[in-house]
Amino acid sequence: MREFRYHRAAATADAVALLAADPEARPLGGGTNLVDLMKTGAERPALLVDLRDLPLDRIETTADGGLRVGATVTNSDLAAHPEVRRRYPMLTQAVLAGASGQLRNMATVGGNLLQRTRCGYFTAGATEAAPCNKRAPGSGCAAVAGEHRNHAVLGASAHCVAVHPSDMAVALAALDAVVTYETADGPGELPLTAFYRPVGDTPHQETALPPGALVTGVVLPPAPPGASRYRKVRDRASYAFAIGSLAAALDVRDGVVREARLAFGAVASHPWRARRAEQALTGGPADAAAFAAAADAELAAARPLPHNGYKLPLLRDLVVDVLTALTEEAAA
Amino acid sequence: MTEATSSVITLHINGTPHTLTVDHRTTLLDALRERLALTGTKKGCDQGQCGACTVLLDGRRAVACLQLAVAAEGRAITTIEGVADGDRLHPVQQAFLELDGYQCGYCTPGQICSALAVLDEHAAGWPSAATADVRPEAGPPALTDAEIRERMSGNLCRCGAYPTIVRAVARAAGAESEVVA
Repeated sequence: MREFRYHRAAATADAVALLAADPEARPLGGGTNLVDLMKTGAERPALLVDLRDLPLDRIETTADGGLRVGATVTNSDLAAHPEVRRRYPMLTQAVLAGASGQLRNMATVGGNLLQRTRCGYFTAGATEAAPCNKRAPGSGCAAVAGEHRNHAVLGASAHCVAVHPSDMAVALAALDAVVTYETADGPGELPLTAFYRPVGDTPHQETALPPGALVTGVVLPPAPPGASRYRKVRDRASYAFAIGSLAAALDVRDGVVREARLAFGAVASHPWRARRAEQALTGGPADAAAFAAAADAELAAARPLPHNGYKLPLLRDLVVDVLTALTEEAAA
Repeated sequence: MTEATSSVITLHINGTPHTLTVDHRTTLLDALRERLALTGTKKGCDQGQCGACTVLLDGRRAVACLQLAVAAEGRAITTIEGVADGDRLHPVQQAFLELDGYQCGYCTPGQICSALAVLDEHAAGWPSAATADVRPEAGPPALTDAEIRERMSGNLCRCGAYPTIVRAVARAAGAESEVVA
């Protein structure tokens, strides 16, 4: 591990100034991903700016009936918060579906958004024979012709097929959350669905944040109408990354879909808001055939690799199962 | 803003302050084991995946292998060495002992520290991924075997003593239940 300096920021402005002054500085939240990647050399910061004393650890109700969640709120505190559980149960379910109790106690909302892919070529160390464009831009992507069972089926490019590992961010995409940040020039915000950049030929540039920006929190608008759910499919029952997941909210009245929100996880370099499926569902019947057709409308753009084609029927089944359950919940 | 890559820190471990100089790269796990001779906390994977290094930070469970020592300054750290009351075992320790909640014992300190926190988290009403209805109106979930398994899933036991670990946690919670082995 590279040697580094450490500074515990006393105020947000202090942290922002340090991050702006040094491109090799990184903010430290829980460290569950950053410290791990520092051990393998995938991250090599010269300075860690510890955020733990900053007043970004609060969850507050906004004037319009939404919630403002600070960037250093831990995953555990977010999942357990009564207003999150009451108004955004899919968000609690998504957070609790990720990692372990220990890691959720350490990990923060900001870090969760900014965590890196678990593609083995990136995390464990790419070699000349097995390169990674996130590690060394322009070096190539070993996953395209290599181990890619859990890689992207949507929105990828020949330069990178890695998926974003977050469960939380998938729920946030479906909930129309907005990410707030602070820079040396002032504050800014990005919708979660515009927070992550398309892969293109620059997979190492993962977010649309300006250089040196510090994520300060996430704003949730009032919850969408209807029932909601996060469902995750993984290789074992607990403590594993998704091979496919779905955050869904469905408003059904008299058998007709009034509004639908869908976002997929573990299919792309970012949470995949399924707007084509939403469009296909809206105004149509709430039945299995319509749900399957909506999934197919979204997945028409999928470009599976030789070893991850299983994700397409998995996602289709997930959409039908979850939307059927939400429809039954609404009728009950 | 210092240019140093090491710092003098004071760690509060099991109620006792320890002052030491640490390279910033030092994890809490390595500080405990290699610098302070508190070897009860075990190193398994060293990448946050096995839970063998679980300790309590300000009463909450955390993996010491991903916690930088320098960033643990000012927090109350509890390791397995601080769980018993003198010679009197904690009820969680006693339950693991009575029900053989281990085989080789390597993961046990982490299992016990994790179990302590599981009981607190459950008492605080926290739901888990095994909870059918997470809304507060649904009330706190019963600590069923499925709940215990889910909540303890961050602690691996390569001997496979899981059935008795689940029973030990259930007994310690005062909720001894039938276990389907």
